[in-house]
Amino acid sequence: MDRVLKRLLIVLVVLIILAPLGLLASGTAFGEWSADDIQKLVGYVPSGLQSLSSLWNPPLPDYGYPAAPAGFIGDSLGYYLSAIIGAVVGGGALFLIGKALTKNTAENNE
Amino acid sequence: MHIPDGYLGPLTYIPMYIIMIPIWFYAGTWLRKSLKSKQVPYLALAAAFSFVIMMFNVPIPGGSTGHAVGSALVAIILGPWAAVVTTSVALLIQCLLFGDGGITAFGANCFNMAVVIPFIAYYGYRLISGKTDIASNRRIIGAGVGGWLGLTTAAGIAGFEMGIQPILEHTADGTPLYMPYGLSVTVPAMLFGHAFFFSIIEVLVTALAFAYIARNDPTIIFDYKGTAGKRGNVKTTATA
Repeated sequence: MDRVLKRLLIVLVVLIILAPLGLLASGTAFGEWSADDIQKLVGYVPSGLQSLSSLWNPPLPDYGYPAAPAGFIGDSLGYYLSAIIGAVVGGGALFLIGKALTKNTAENNE
Repeated sequence: MHIPDGYLGPLTYIPMYIIMIPIWFYAGTWLRKSLKSKQVPYLALAAAFSFVIMMFNVPIPGGSTGHAVGSALVAIILGPWAAVVTTSVALLIQCLLFGDGGITAFGANCFNMAVVIPFIAYYGYRLISGKTDIASNRRIIGAGVGGWLGLTTAAGIAGFEMGIQPILEHTADGTPLYMPYGLSVTVPAMLFGHAFFFSIIEVLVTALAFAYIARNDPTIIFDYKGTAGKRGNVKTTATA
């Protein structure tokens, strides 16, 4: 494999290993509050926000595995699972798309 | 910057989807025309990298958190249209599997993070680098500044989209239906967190990775038009 590609892949793996560091930030991003947070912040929940906010129930909400034990270890396991799924699904999708798009022109580009 | 469902009303999220449809379509066409087979593994890596870098939440004063996006780097290495595709795919996975960013807000989130960041970053980088050598310090600084400009501008635009909600959509007595805070809160809050914190991380990620690629294998860079003779002079020190 190409040396630069190999090194960048190693960087990606290292980032995945370090991913639980992202859990140490305990606050919520501006404008990404739950309906309960909004209630505390402004004293009411806007009706449109209330009805849209429960539109979708993701399988791994907030990059966590719902059945994982509570606490940093459990959260980290969920985070690892999420990082691996995200990297594999995202990378895999683009690899297949890229292969399909370059199938006919591969020789011309080498 | 992942706007959840419920923060934008239909008067905002529907037009944002309508804006994104031709952009997605053109990005696909561009990729079909311009992608080299050598770049395919990097395209895949870019999507994985975008996803993972966004998991690194950083706390800032005031109790809020945020993260870099990584689409500035993808724009500079593989082209802004390629970054539209890789970042949109990462955002789609985040939205559907992890509930990060809303389904109704997906068009707006893609516009902010998969269009504004890549294009502002790429043209900022181009403007600063001029005709300098691919691995020049000026180009590396250009990549960093491009990353800062891209993420900070996108944050301001996301703040604008949220802040116009109380004006656009409210009940008869003026109570907001969606994001309750107006422009005077949302725009400064989004700009502050990004300009001084998250965009700095975007700068480091973009500049370091760009420097590594430019010095080791500039042929990956989509608009690199180097001559064969120059490659003998490139430094081989790893920076990433």
